[in-house]
Amino acid sequence: MLFSVGVASLYHSQDRQTLCAMANDLSVHNVVRKFGNFTAVDDVSFDVPQGSFFSILGPSGCGKTTLLRMIAGFDEPTSGSLSIRDKDMRGVPPNKRPVNLVFQHLALFPMMNVEENIGFGLRRRGMSRAEIAKRSEAILERVDLPGYGTKRVSQLSGGQKQRVAIARCLVMEPSVLLLDEPLGALDLKLREQMKVELKKLQAKVGTTFIYITHDQSEALVMSDRIAVMNEGRFEQVGAPRELYNDPRTPFVAKFVGDNNVWSGKVEETGEYLTVRTNEGLLFQARSHEAYSSRIGVDLFLRPEALRIEPKVVTGLNTFQVSVKTILFDGANSRLLTVMPGGHELLVSLPQNRQFDYIEPGAIITLGWHPDSGLCFKV
Amino acid sequence: MKNGFRLTFWLFLSPVLLWLFLLIVIPHLDLLILSFRGESDIGDPVWTLQNYKNFFIEPIYWNTFIRTALYAMITTLCTFVLALPVSFYIVKLARPRTRGFLTVLLLLPFWVSELVRVYGWMILLRESGVFNYFLLNFGIIHQPIEMLYNDITMVMGLVYTSMLFMVVPLISVMESLDDSLIEAAHDLEATRFDILRTIIIPHCKPGITSGAIVVFMLALGNYLTPNLMGGKNSLWFTEQIYNQFIASFNWNQGAAFGFLLLVLSSAIIWIGLKVTRQKLGEVAS
Repeated sequence: MLFSVGVASLYHSQDRQTLCAMANDLSVHNVVRKFGNFTAVDDVSFDVPQGSFFSILGPSGCGKTTLLRMIAGFDEPTSGSLSIRDKDMRGVPPNKRPVNLVFQHLALFPMMNVEENIGFGLRRRGMSRAEIAKRSEAILERVDLPGYGTKRVSQLSGGQKQRVAIARCLVMEPSVLLLDEPLGALDLKLREQMKVELKKLQAKVGTTFIYITHDQSEALVMSDRIAVMNEGRFEQVGAPRELYNDPRTPFVAKFVGDNNVWSGKVEETGEYLTVRTNEGLLFQARSHEAYSSRIGVDLFLRPEALRIEPKVVTGLNTFQVSVKTILFDGANSRLLTVMPGGHELLVSLPQNRQFDYIEPGAIITLGWHPDSGLCFKV
Repeated sequence: MKNGFRLTFWLFLSPVLLWLFLLIVIPHLDLLILSFRGESDIGDPVWTLQNYKNFFIEPIYWNTFIRTALYAMITTLCTFVLALPVSFYIVKLARPRTRGFLTVLLLLPFWVSELVRVYGWMILLRESGVFNYFLLNFGIIHQPIEMLYNDITMVMGLVYTSMLFMVVPLISVMESLDDSLIEAAHDLEATRFDILRTIIIPHCKPGITSGAIVVFMLALGNYLTPNLMGGKNSLWFTEQIYNQFIASFNWNQGAAFGFLLLVLSSAIIWIGLKVTRQKLGEVAS
């Protein structure tokens, strides 16, 4: 079921990435799209280097689909420029653009079989029947569906439809492949599997992928770079690890991964900020900018940054909480704990049997390093 | 409980059955018998196939039928060509509020009788009609033109009468056409014409077929429009039937023509379905 990826082809695509490091497949500059008084996309600029997997991550209604439709040519920006392989795309209709879009609900043509679906674009180019058949079979092989050409679309499973939709675009050899939440309609197990497969497929074919999603795990797993989008703007663009470990805005901190939040005021500045939370606890944490005293801040802390019953407490922020419930979820298990003031905290619970003694109602000590906590001005 | 349900079922069905049986089946049976009746040389009523034979022996009869069938097909084609963009606009392009308004606009002409509508056209098109008046006054023509009583006007009248019966089934099939299919085709380098040919028409096939059947049958069986707008030269097959019944008082011949019209038009539709590889059951659903 999994795509077989040769090690050689992986290296090949990496070579190509380094060779063409300067070339951008897509450049977007100051793009604005307004619908009446509503600004759907607000001054967005970014470059996507050749052969990379770029994701745009944001909640529904943040303007990511509008942005994608402008890249595909179904919509024109109100202002700003958009170029693909250094060619300006203003006024170029979708059928003349070197990009292809995998639709959210796939949009496979139900009146055609798999091969006709895949050959649709090639037929429009006036390619010969024999050549189309050859290329369709080759691309079906590539997405691990050899011999599926004569099947009807309705005979395929969800994951197979997915791959046919991607094959239908890849066979056109686009400069950029756009994907509009294509895993949204799949069930969880299949989605997890397709995430890995898509990533492998992208490495194998080396085409630039631009992937739109509201699911942070999809973006984090697959992407080389992610842009987090909110209310029409890019909040932060960076590698998955960077976004997770070093969010630049409170929105990114909240949206990418889980975070515990305290509200409080800065008491002292120094190597670390000293923050007194509204519950009256005193914590040390870091911040991107220098904040002066008395300024209100939100303190963000990942559940996995909280250590349960730390043996060495020097340099750590420590406090006591009572366990409310255990949220068992395998490797992703957490404790839901309550601080004396009623503030709830999520704490990662490592499944190494070390903490099996913890029961609901128990009082435990938590500690965290000041480097893990990040403050933003309110 | 089950018996009660059965009783209600038959109770509600009986008006329909009575209607079908008394007003449709019995008269048709009577006509069918009439069509096989004739007179022997000495004037006695006998069973005969002569009425049917006449249709094939006299060129005027079957020529009229072929002419009628051809013009009915042309009408169907014209109606389809006009109705497709209209229904596409109503379903895909118009805003939801305008949609209802446009549909009502399409329905509006059908609130008056066909006779009134045809006379409306005649007022517009006749030699001393509205069109000629304006054309003369603007100096485009110097002598009034007779626009009525030719085949083109007749087909136009038939298309106008049949529009709704093509638009309504097209609207209902087009509503189920996912916009993203059109966009996907556009994205895969299809031109507008490609999209129409490969996506929209194949998707709308059941609606097109049911619309075409209704329009074809209506045009073929229409009497008023060909007679009034096509004039005496229209040579519509229904006029032959009328003539046999009313002018010649030859009810046997008229009944035979009536059944020939039924059988031959059904045969044309059957051939049409076979050629386009469709089944009547799929079309009806």
